[in-house]
Amino acid sequence: MLVSISVNGEQVSREIEPRQLLVHFIRETPGLTGTHWGCDTSNCGACVVQMDGAPVKSCTILAAMCEGHEIRTVESLEVDGLLDPIQMGFHETHALQCGFCTPGMLMTTRALLDENPNPTDHEIRTAISGAICRCTGYKNIVSAVRWAAEYEASAKQEV
Amino acid sequence: MQTPAAFEYERATSVEGAIASLQRLGSEARIIAGGHSLLPMMKLRLANPEHLIDINDLTELSYIREEGDEVLIGALTRHVDLLKSEVLALHFPLFRDAENVIADPVVRNRGTIGGSLCQADAAEDLSSVCSAVKAKAVIRGADGERVVAMEDFHIGPYVTAVGDAELLTEIRLPLRPGGGSAHEKVERRAGDWAIAAASAAVWIVGGTIADVGIALSAVGPTTIHLSRAEELLRGKAPSDELFAQAGEIASTDCSPSADGRGPIDYKRHLAGVLTKRALLRAAARALPQEA
Repeated sequence: MLVSISVNGEQVSREIEPRQLLVHFIRETPGLTGTHWGCDTSNCGACVVQMDGAPVKSCTILAAMCEGHEIRTVESLEVDGLLDPIQMGFHETHALQCGFCTPGMLMTTRALLDENPNPTDHEIRTAISGAICRCTGYKNIVSAVRWAAEYEASAKQEV
Repeated sequence: MQTPAAFEYERATSVEGAIASLQRLGSEARIIAGGHSLLPMMKLRLANPEHLIDINDLTELSYIREEGDEVLIGALTRHVDLLKSEVLALHFPLFRDAENVIADPVVRNRGTIGGSLCQADAAEDLSSVCSAVKAKAVIRGADGERVVAMEDFHIGPYVTAVGDAELLTEIRLPLRPGGGSAHEKVERRAGDWAIAAASAAVWIVGGTIADVGIALSAVGPTTIHLSRAEELLRGKAPSDELFAQAGEIASTDCSPSADGRGPIDYKRHLAGVLTKRALLRAAARALPQEA
């Protein structure tokens, strides 16, 4: 079947089998391999992308189900060489080591900050409870989200 | 790599259209909504539907509203919306208790109440929640609608009253005076299935329990309705001692199996403790309305 999905604002069309999962569509068709394919069982959160602004696990969604929806992947965060504040936060607070969970963490926490610009540590931990990091522990990831929240709050004040 | 076996896919554009497709395609067709129960089962070949009918465009099935003496929930309502609903938090706070601990927030953005109930996994929380509050399921087929009480909805493990050519469209929660409810769950880690969970609802009128609903998740082949404990409580004044007795009945009347989540005696103990706790919190939430 022919499926046409908006990925990072660009319409991507491809003939696929209905059983193709969104994570594979994203990685194979536009070749956006930033979205990681992890546990395949909707447990680890490495494959999280945003669908119409909400974080979803792309290993448990059929590509065919996404036609007519806006998919955003980790590649959309950086614009013209400028990192998104959430990426800056991960950089500043050393919130990754191997980086495997990072794309999912970024898309999950970006969505959190879009909905709740000033989350508590508990709210951050709840938001990432469906994402597993096996390197850093979660403390630096929580710090990164705090860093980004504070950065965005001060940027807003300056404007 | 886990991928479902091949199937044909179509998107429903109306409830009638979805039912017509189910009728045409027969028992090898399945409805897909959030897909967070069905797709994992298809990856493991525990389910092998030949046709999937995607109902995600049927947004008319996504709502939570108070109407007359009922709260109505559309079958396509997602977990995140159940969690955030003020109507449910006001009238049936056990939904928020449960939704805070169902899977994780990202999964909750996709999974639906209809999918959870139709999956009919014994460890699934919303089945016991809906049982406790005496919900009714509205099932639509080509010949019209029928309304089924929760105790008749779950027929067995992974089997519900929804027929091959039928669609669960709505959950109805009857509103009665003096109601309070709570859901208690113990899990190994955030987002996991329950080791055991208990849902309780009480309706306290004039200081006595006019009616009560109690159901357990994860400690039997299906959701367990604790009818013996309900009978004990009806007509009595709520007390710690009474709820402890209900907990003892829960320990006896559940039928857990030993697995990675724990041995049988532990799960029986847990079912009892959680039943008592759920009843205590349900009563505490009901009583302020009484006063």
